[in-house]
Amino acid sequence: MTMSEKQEQTNQNRRQFITFRSGEQEFGADIMVIREIRGWTETTPLPHSPDYVRGVINLRGVVLPVIDLKARLGRGRTDANVKHVIVVVEASHRTIGLLVDAVSDILAVTSAEIQPTPELARDELAAFVEGIAVLDERMVTILSMDRLTASLVSAPMAQAA
Amino acid sequence: MDPMESIKQTFFQECDELLLAMEEGLIAIENGEADDEIINAVFRAVHSIKGGGGAFGFEDLVAFAHVFETVLDNLRSGKLKAGEEAVKVLLRAGDMLADHVAAARGGQPLPQGQDDDVKSELGALSGEPAGHGEEALADFEGLAFTPMRIEVSDTPVETPAKIWRIAFAPHAALYAKANEPYLLMRELATLGKVEVVCDLSKLPALDLVETDQAYFAWTITLETDVAREKVEEVFEFVAGDCELEIALVEPTPPTVESSAGQETHAMACAADNAPIRAAEKKEVPPAASDSAAKQTIRVDLDKVDRLVNLVGELVITQAMLSQRVLECDIPRTSSIGNGLAELEHLMRDLQESVMAIRTQPVKSIFQRMPRLVRELAAQTNKKVRLVIEGEATEVDKTVIERLGEPLTHMIRNAIDHGLETPEERVAAGKPEEGTVTLSAEHRGGRIVIEVSDDGRGINRPRVREKAVERGIISAGANLSDEEIDNLIFMPGFSTASQVSNISGRGVGMDVVRRNIVDLGGRIVIGSAPKQGSRFSLTLPLTLAVLDGMVVAVGDQTFVLPLAHIVESLKPRQKDIHPFGRGRNLLNVRNSYVPLVNTGALLGANGAVDAASGVVILVESQGTGRLALAVDAILGQRQVVIKGFESNYQRIDGIAAATILGNGRVALILDVDGLVSRCRGELSAAELSEFRPTGT
Repeated sequence: MTMSEKQEQTNQNRRQFITFRSGEQEFGADIMVIREIRGWTETTPLPHSPDYVRGVINLRGVVLPVIDLKARLGRGRTDANVKHVIVVVEASHRTIGLLVDAVSDILAVTSAEIQPTPELARDELAAFVEGIAVLDERMVTILSMDRLTASLVSAPMAQAA
Repeated sequence: MDPMESIKQTFFQECDELLLAMEEGLIAIENGEADDEIINAVFRAVHSIKGGGGAFGFEDLVAFAHVFETVLDNLRSGKLKAGEEAVKVLLRAGDMLADHVAAARGGQPLPQGQDDDVKSELGALSGEPAGHGEEALADFEGLAFTPMRIEVSDTPVETPAKIWRIAFAPHAALYAKANEPYLLMRELATLGKVEVVCDLSKLPALDLVETDQAYFAWTITLETDVAREKVEEVFEFVAGDCELEIALVEPTPPTVESSAGQETHAMACAADNAPIRAAEKKEVPPAASDSAAKQTIRVDLDKVDRLVNLVGELVITQAMLSQRVLECDIPRTSSIGNGLAELEHLMRDLQESVMAIRTQPVKSIFQRMPRLVRELAAQTNKKVRLVIEGEATEVDKTVIERLGEPLTHMIRNAIDHGLETPEERVAAGKPEEGTVTLSAEHRGGRIVIEVSDDGRGINRPRVREKAVERGIISAGANLSDEEIDNLIFMPGFSTASQVSNISGRGVGMDVVRRNIVDLGGRIVIGSAPKQGSRFSLTLPLTLAVLDGMVVAVGDQTFVLPLAHIVESLKPRQKDIHPFGRGRNLLNVRNSYVPLVNTGALLGANGAVDAASGVVILVESQGTGRLALAVDAILGQRQVVIKGFESNYQRIDGIAAATILGNGRVALILDVDGLVSRCRGELSAAELSEFRPTGT
């Protein structure tokens, strides 16, 4: 096997992730499910919804639900302002917006570089983690957008007052 | 999809249209309105189904259609009179043909012998024994791809031979559709003696000839004893694509001259026959314009929906733009302001035109009902006449699609429960035959569909008794006539003492009401004992837009569907009465309605107290009224409905969302959901204590 062939093979195994910060952590999501990234706009709240559902926004005529990632992972509501970012994700046949603090960069890693999820205490995060990518000093938690999006359907509705 | 399959699908789509045309024609015949054109239309429909069916090898279908066609042919030629019995057989045959088509479409042939009865009835009419299957196929093969049927009358004709002068000038379109003048002339030749003169005067020099243009015209002199229709029939398929003039020439002057003298001669002829030609001219052009009016294209519904969505977005963007411009203090009279006004005007036209693409006449659904009525009449041994009015009324396709089931239920009810038996009717001094009327009309931006009967009316004591029996109301409940009538919409209610296979399973009317409410409509009953009942459905013309009232509740904006709003009022503190556990009732002219704080209900922050805001009285069909307290009414407008369930999930009390002029999303409240939830919290005992409605 020549060097270039080897290089090519590694490239084929590489996946690209968009990384973003939420709270103090860095997360990654497969670039293929990201539709666009836009600034925060005030949402219209949805009644009887869990606290991590921030409401809906108008995305060029489409009514888009916005999920607060920090709240979804059980770390409290994001105090959203103009500096925050909504990542538009299309997965599990749904399009949703994900409220995060900021988008950092694009990461290309091979499957070998993704470590399985360590045995964690069972918390909200564990259900959505696909693995952990460690690069130099950084640790990026790879999230499964499929699972995150699909979890909205079964999300328990807050009981009506 | 393989090409044959897609052609087959087209065939079935055409069958649907042809069956509708056939049914329409048969009903006209039944009503004694049959003229030659209608009988011809029925014949052509059956014939086209037979032809197409043969191409796909649906032998049962073809065999049946052939027997049917033979009878229609006799009717057409006047050998058979359209008497009452004959019409009944024809209607049954029409139903059977529809069954054959449905069977062919489903890939499951009808059970052997299913159509024998109808076939032998048809056979009796045409005077031929039934079951000429092989002959039908043989006949078909002869027709193959010339969908023209030319008949030389087999009865001896007394009328002397006439001479027709036919001026025939094809347009390029005729050739483009693969028609061939030679074949038409050959057809004419089968009718009688033909002389053809070609007019080459339009033919340019060779270097100027364009190959896709038509340059030739012909004058054909036909000496024949057949009727004018037969001659016209030859040109039936090219009528829109040529200039055609068929004129009767006096039999005396022999015709043919040199082609040079052609034009002058034609003019002389025209002058001679002026009265006849004037009369005939009136006939021919309508046929041509008719075929032009019917020009349609089939478009994938998804494409239309995409267009509708895009226009919806465009309207929102335009509204946003207008608002932004006004915010910049640009006067409305400036050129920008004028331009925006123009744009708004155009947008409205555009939206209406796009919506119109999706509309269809309710005919497509109404046409299914005569068959249903016939079958029900036979099953219940009642005599029923169905009167249909306003079938050309147009409404959005999605509304039409979802109307079928409720209408079927309502007509079943009218016949099964509403109409009496012929004996009972005669005893009551009514005509033996009951009448069920199905009508549609546009009224105030909505469509109103009514099903009425002249039967016995709603038996209120019986309905009441049944409701008590079923525990729907308490024995002592004090209900108005209207409230009793509305009990038939309660789930699980059925008054038929015997459960019949037509109606009376107790799933009928509450399903009807739910379907209608889901469509954003309402249903109202009117009934008079011994005189009959009337069910009125009021439906929006489209499901894509909604008339709404925009209200402010705390820091949020909601839209209430106008269809549900009864009135809005400013309540006085003394009209608000505490009731039960932390709830309030509002006295609206001595009717007590549950008062709900919308802000608390939907989690909006900072909503004002009911007493200082505005109350909107909403009504849900069947479940009653509710007073919603809001901060302020912002206005009334038409909003484009946007679903969010596909990206999220259903939310209790929210029907959909919309986008306001400022670009923000506002939620549209689901009044029925809110009412049933708020009223559901009141126990059944509490409910029977106070009158649910103020009427």
